[in-house]
Amino acid sequence: MPSLRELRRRIRSIENTAKVTHAMEMIAASKMRKAQGAVLSGRPYAEKIQEVIANLEAQQDAVELVHPLLERRNVQDVTLIHFTPDRGLCGGLHGNLNRAVAEFILSKKGSSVQVIAVGRKGRDFIVRTGLNLKAEFTNMGDQLKVSDILPLSQMVLDEYSSVSTDEVYIAYPRFVSMAVQRPTIERVIPVDPSDLPYEAKVGYIYEPDPMGVLNVLLPRYIEMQIYHGLLELNASEQSARMVAMRNATDSANEMVDDLTLELNKVRQASITNELLDIIAGTIALKG
Amino acid sequence: MNSIELQIITAERVVYSDSVEAVVAPGIEGELGILPHHSALMTNLKAGPLMIRKDGEESFFAVTGGFLEVMDNRVTILSDAAEHSQEIDESRAQLAMERASERLENREGNLDLERALAQLKRAQIRVAVSRLRKMRRANRGL
Repeated sequence: MPSLRELRRRIRSIENTAKVTHAMEMIAASKMRKAQGAVLSGRPYAEKIQEVIANLEAQQDAVELVHPLLERRNVQDVTLIHFTPDRGLCGGLHGNLNRAVAEFILSKKGSSVQVIAVGRKGRDFIVRTGLNLKAEFTNMGDQLKVSDILPLSQMVLDEYSSVSTDEVYIAYPRFVSMAVQRPTIERVIPVDPSDLPYEAKVGYIYEPDPMGVLNVLLPRYIEMQIYHGLLELNASEQSARMVAMRNATDSANEMVDDLTLELNKVRQASITNELLDIIAGTIALKG
Repeated sequence: MNSIELQIITAERVVYSDSVEAVVAPGIEGELGILPHHSALMTNLKAGPLMIRKDGEESFFAVTGGFLEVMDNRVTILSDAAEHSQEIDESRAQLAMERASERLENREGNLDLERALAQLKRAQIRVAVSRLRKMRRANRGL
């Protein structure tokens, strides 16, 4: 049986752990609210730009030209942008992501896949498994601006236009709810307008012309998707961390309760023993 | 009802959303004035000042490129960045402008020329827009 002192020490240390995890939960909760706000306020832009691309696609027949970013090539080289958190303590989030990415890479047998890792956890995974790491972006922080992802989007656009890569995918955890973040892999280049949930209305006047508009619009759309992936990652990371930390706090408190019970038992036992000694002593004296 | 709905949206937030009487935007092929019941239009914007008129009052935004769509008496501007003139800190914009032009003058080998030029342009527009507002206000005072 552990000593009283031993038990007291363990209870104190677990209580301290619970305090720390509780604080981390609160921090994650407030960051998550901000991250969710960012996802929501980015939505009008995303919806509008999708609508416009769907409209432009309807005009494509008239133009008889396929924009390079819409064109499907024979796929030989694939680039995957792998979004993961920089930090751990967020449950199974990056484990699930890394697994999804590994499955994706295995499914692309015929072509070579290079990975651009955003976030330390994914970078470590790619390095550890000896996959082809093209570039890494870490420490993106949690207050994202669109300008933060421009080097990344510029890089994939350059890769694509120099035919170093034929397809670009992004892998990120889609924020479904507080408890569920689903690893999602989506193709961003080439853009497939038939994926867009809008029906095309026609009858615009274009200035300078549909192609000129597309030239500027499509890169923006791709930037927007990458930005959005990162926002989703942020929201997912914070909510996964919040849930993980809540579980940690709960189980720490449970342990404290169990240990306290044991402590009381031990204390009671030692009191009983002392009493027994005293009583035995007085009986011995009388006798 | 002689007004047109205007929305200015960036990837980060909705900057402005209201019904206005007129919009003058920096189109890629020149200034573009849009009044209510304009026909459907889709155009690129270049960086420049954007003027809107509401209840006879003019106000200004600095926009840095993007798109403008007109459809069903609604104007939607998707911009890379847009700021109301009140949000612009003129002295900071001025500093940014000086910094950018300095960088262009003593340019080093690895300078991204296009980006530096864009920065300069952006700063110039912000300074210009914040001055425009002050000028209008002074004129009204006379």
